[in-house]
Amino acid sequence: MPEALKLIRSILVSLRLTVLLLAMSIILVFWATLDQVHLGVWGVQQKFFHAFVVTVRVGELQVPAYPGGYTIGLLLLANLLCAHIYRLKLTWRKLGIWLTHAGLILLLVGELVSGLVQRDYMMRLEEGETKNYAESNRQYELAVIDTTDPKFDQVVAIPTSLLARGQVVQDPKLPFRVVPKGYFPNTDVQMRSSVPNAPPSPANAGMGPMLAITPLEVNYAEDAHNLPAAYVELVGPEGSLGTYALVDATRLPNPQKFDFAGRSFKLLLRPARRYQPFSLTLEKFSHDIYPGTDIPKNFSSKVLLNPPDGGASREILIFMNNPLRYAGLTYYQASYDGEHTTILQVVRNPSWLVPYLSCGAITLGLVIQFLIHLAGFARRRRAA
Amino acid sequence: MSRRLPLLIVVVALLWSLTGLLPTSVPQPEGVTKFGRLPVLSEGRVKPLDSVARSTLLVMQGRQRVEKPDGQEITPDEWLLDVLFRPEAADTYKVFVVDNVDVLSLIGKSEDSQRIHYEKTSQQLAAILDIVPTTQRRVSFTEIMPYLAQIEAQEKLAEPVEAQNRTHFQSAVVQLATNLAHYLRLRRAVMPDGTTDFLGELLNLQEHLSEGIEAVRLKEANQPHDEAKALAMLDEGQKFVSMAEATDLLAIPPEDDDPDANDWHNTGHALLETFGKGFVNPAVLAYAGMGYAWRQDQPAKFEHIVDLYGASLAKRFGPQVRKTTVETYFNAAEPFYACMLVYLAAFLFAVLSWLRWPETSRRAAAGLVVLGWVMATAGIATRMWLEGRPPVTNLYSSALFIGWGSVALCIVLEAIYKDGIGAAAAGVIGFATLLIAHHLALAGDTLEMMRAVLDSNFWLATHVVVVTTGYASTFLAGMLAVIYVVRGVFTRNLDKATADAIARMIYGIVCFATLFSFVGTTLGGIWADQSWGRFWGWDPKENGALIIVVWNALILHARWGGLVRQRGLVALAIFGNVVTSWSWFGTNMLGIGLHSYGFTEAAFWWLSGFIVLQLALIGLANLPLARWRSRAALQA
Repeated sequence: MPEALKLIRSILVSLRLTVLLLAMSIILVFWATLDQVHLGVWGVQQKFFHAFVVTVRVGELQVPAYPGGYTIGLLLLANLLCAHIYRLKLTWRKLGIWLTHAGLILLLVGELVSGLVQRDYMMRLEEGETKNYAESNRQYELAVIDTTDPKFDQVVAIPTSLLARGQVVQDPKLPFRVVPKGYFPNTDVQMRSSVPNAPPSPANAGMGPMLAITPLEVNYAEDAHNLPAAYVELVGPEGSLGTYALVDATRLPNPQKFDFAGRSFKLLLRPARRYQPFSLTLEKFSHDIYPGTDIPKNFSSKVLLNPPDGGASREILIFMNNPLRYAGLTYYQASYDGEHTTILQVVRNPSWLVPYLSCGAITLGLVIQFLIHLAGFARRRRAA
Repeated sequence: MSRRLPLLIVVVALLWSLTGLLPTSVPQPEGVTKFGRLPVLSEGRVKPLDSVARSTLLVMQGRQRVEKPDGQEITPDEWLLDVLFRPEAADTYKVFVVDNVDVLSLIGKSEDSQRIHYEKTSQQLAAILDIVPTTQRRVSFTEIMPYLAQIEAQEKLAEPVEAQNRTHFQSAVVQLATNLAHYLRLRRAVMPDGTTDFLGELLNLQEHLSEGIEAVRLKEANQPHDEAKALAMLDEGQKFVSMAEATDLLAIPPEDDDPDANDWHNTGHALLETFGKGFVNPAVLAYAGMGYAWRQDQPAKFEHIVDLYGASLAKRFGPQVRKTTVETYFNAAEPFYACMLVYLAAFLFAVLSWLRWPETSRRAAAGLVVLGWVMATAGIATRMWLEGRPPVTNLYSSALFIGWGSVALCIVLEAIYKDGIGAAAAGVIGFATLLIAHHLALAGDTLEMMRAVLDSNFWLATHVVVVTTGYASTFLAGMLAVIYVVRGVFTRNLDKATADAIARMIYGIVCFATLFSFVGTTLGGIWADQSWGRFWGWDPKENGALIIVVWNALILHARWGGLVRQRGLVALAIFGNVVTSWSWFGTNMLGIGLHSYGFTEAAFWWLSGFIVLQLALIGLANLPLARWRSRAALQA
C-alpha cells in the first residue's frame, strides 16, 4: 500500500478524527441554531445541514467558511467504517460499541435518505368539504385549466421552477406555448390605481395591466408566507395571445379566463398539489380551550376517509399526537383557521422507520456497554 | 457523642422543616386561612384562592410579602381579601415593582423621590453598604392611578415590538401595564368598581326582582309599566355585563344541575343569570357576605360565612376541595424553600469535613442530603398528585427534577465512596436548582395547564423525564469536576486517591449521561414523529439536546483515545455545564421554535455569568500543576 494511502487510512481510523468531527459538528449545530433567528428552520437546514460547505457572504461574494452537514456526516461515516474495519475487534466485550456504531451508521444514512425523499404538504378542509389532494407549503404551480367540457376540467400544472428558469413549455394538451417572462418568489401586489408612479407592467392581458407588482426579498422566517407572482406570455401558432400577470391564489383567488381555438381556459397560480387516489371529508372540527383562558386544550378533526376502490367510507378522529396513517401518507392535526376550518399536515416519508431501528440499536448498545462498565466497576470494588 | 451528633443535626433540620406544616406558622386568623382554601377556577384549573393570591403577588412584585402603608405586614390571603373587598385600602399597598428610571419618571417619580431615609445612623451605614435597600422599588396603585392614561399610551406604543427587540423602557412599561391589568381583573373579580355595600345591593335586588322583571317585560311589550323600576333593573343588568367582562377569575362554581364540572363562572356572569332564574346565585351572596363581614371587621361572622360556603362546596366538589386544601398546606409549608436551606447546610458540612472533623461532618452532610432529597421527593410527588401529571411539565418543574435526579445520583456516589464529594455536589446542585426554580416561579402559576401540543402524559413521562435525567447527570459530572478543580487549585487537601476517585466518578457519570441524554433525545424524536411526522426538525431545543449527547460522546472518545488524561477529562466535564445550561435556558432565549416557552431577560445575564465562570474554571483546570496548591498531595 502506498505511503499516502496508509497515511489517509491512519487518519481515518483515528479517534483524534472522531473527536475533531464531533467537536466540529457541535459548532455546526450551535451556529445553525443561532442563525435560525434570521433564516428560520427551513433556511438553516438548506444552509448548514443539507450542504457540503457552509458559505458566508463577504461583501458581494459567498465565501466557503465551514464544512456543512453532508461533509461532516460523510467523514464521520468514513471514520466509523474504517475504525470497524481496521481497529475495533469483534469481541463480546465490544458488542455494545458495535451495536451503537451500527445504529449510528444507519441513522446517518437514514437522515441523508429522508432528507432526499421526505415531502411535506398541507391539507386545508372546511367542514363538509371533500378533497383528494394536498397542497405544498412552499412550492407553487401554474395551473392551466381547460374548462371546455362542462363534465370535467383538464389541467396542465407547470411547476414554478420552470417559470423561474424561463423554460418555455409546450404541452400536447395545449394549443399554445407558455413563455415565462419573469418569476418572483415573493412580491407585494397593489392595484395600479393606488400606485401612481409604478413602472409600466409587461402584462397586457387579463388582470395584468391593472396590477402593480413589486418584487420583495424572500423571507425565511418560520411562519413567513412568501407570495409569488409571475409574468407569462401565451404564444399560439399565429402569434402572441398576450402576456398575463399571475398572482398567487391567496391574493387573487379568481382565475383569469380566456378563450382560444374554440376552447375555454383558466389560469391560476396556486400551491402545488399532490393528488391521491382517495379523498377526505371534514365532518367536524373541534377546538377546546381551558376554561377562563386562551390556552388551547385540544383540537381535533373528525374526517371521513373515502377509499379509492369505492369501498365503505370510515370515520376517523385526527387529533394532537394521534395522526392518521394511510397509503404511505400521514395526516397530522397541525393548525386551524377559525371555528370551522382545519389544517392538516400531510407527510410522505418512506424511511420513517429508519430512526426507530437505528435508535433502538444505539440504545441497546449503550445499555449493554454501560452495564459492562458497571459490572466491571462493581467487581473491582468488591476485590478492593 | 460524635457518633450521635450527625443524627441530632438531621433531626433538628427535620423538625425545623416540619414547622411549616403547623397551623401556627401562618400568622393570620383561622377564618382567613379557611378563606384561602376556597376553590376557584383560574388560569384553566381549579385552585385555592391562596394560590391565586400568592402567584399574583409573585408575578407583580417578586415576593409574597405585603406591607401596609403603616408598616404592618400582612399575609397573601389578607392582601387578596383587601383587594377583593376593601379595594380602597388595597390600592394604597405598595405591590407594583418599578425599577426602570424612565417608567418612574412616567409616573411622576424619580430615583431621588424613591430613596429611603433612615433615621438611625446604623441603618444609614447599612444602606451605604447595601445591606438594607436604599430605594423603594415598589409603588402603590393609588400612586400610579393619576398616570394610567400615560402608561396605557406608552404600552400601546411598545406592544407591537417583539419581546426580544424591546428596549428596557418598553419591556418595563409593558410589564407594568400587564401587572396593572392583572391587579384590576382581580379587584373586579367579585364586586363591581366603586361599591361599598355589595351585599346590600344584592339583597335589594333579590327583594325587588320579580316586580323589576315584570316592569322590564311590560316596558319591552310597550305596555304601561313602572319606568323607574324597569330602568333600575336594566341598570343592574348593564352593571353585571361589565362585571362579567372585567375579570378572568371564575369564582362561582357550576350549578347543582350542571353536568359540566368545569363550568365555573365569574360573578358578573352568574349575576346575569339572576334574571332568568329568579334568584341571586347563593355563591355570589356568600362572597358578598364575606365581603360585608370583612369590611365591617367582624372576624367571627366572616369565619362563619366562609365555613358555611366551604361546607356546601365540600359536599358537591369533594375531591377538588381536598386538592385545594392540600395545595394551601403545600403553599404554606414551602417544602422547596426548606429543602434549599437543608441542601445549603449539607454543602457546608461536606466542605467542613475536608477541613476538620472529617467523619462527623461528612455523616451530617450525607444525612442532610438524604433529608433534603426526601423532602424534595415529597414536594414533587405532591405536585404530581395535584396536577395528575408526570414530574416535568414546564421549565420550573424541570429545575426541580434536575436537582432531584442529580441529588439521587450523588447519594449513590456518597454511599459508594463515603468521602463527602457526593454530598458536597448534592448540596450545591440541590441548592442551585431550587434557587433557579424559585426565580422561574416568578413567571406565574407553576402548576399551569399544558398546551394541547404537549398534552400527552405518556411522552411527558418518558421523553421529558429521561432527557431531564440526562441534563441532571451532565450537570453532576460538571459539578464533580468543579469540586476537583477548586479543591486542587485553592486547597492543599486534594490527594491522589481523592483525585482518582473523583475522576472515576466523573467518567461513570458521563457514561450514564450519554445513555440518558441519547435515549431521552431519541424519545423526543419519536414523539415528534408521532405528532408532526418528522423525527428530527432542527428545532433549537432539539439541537441543544443533540449537542449534549455529542459532547458526552466526545468526552468518552477523547478519553478512550488517550487524548486527555485526568485533568483534561475534568476540563471537558466542566464545559458540559456550559453545553447543558445553554440547552436548558439559552435555546429558550432565542425566542423561536416549538420549545420557546418562558423568556426572561434577567435569566440571560445569569446564564452569561454562569458560562463565564465555567470558562474561568476550565482556565484554572489548565493551569500547570506547579501552580496548584494541592500539587504535593497529588504527586505523592
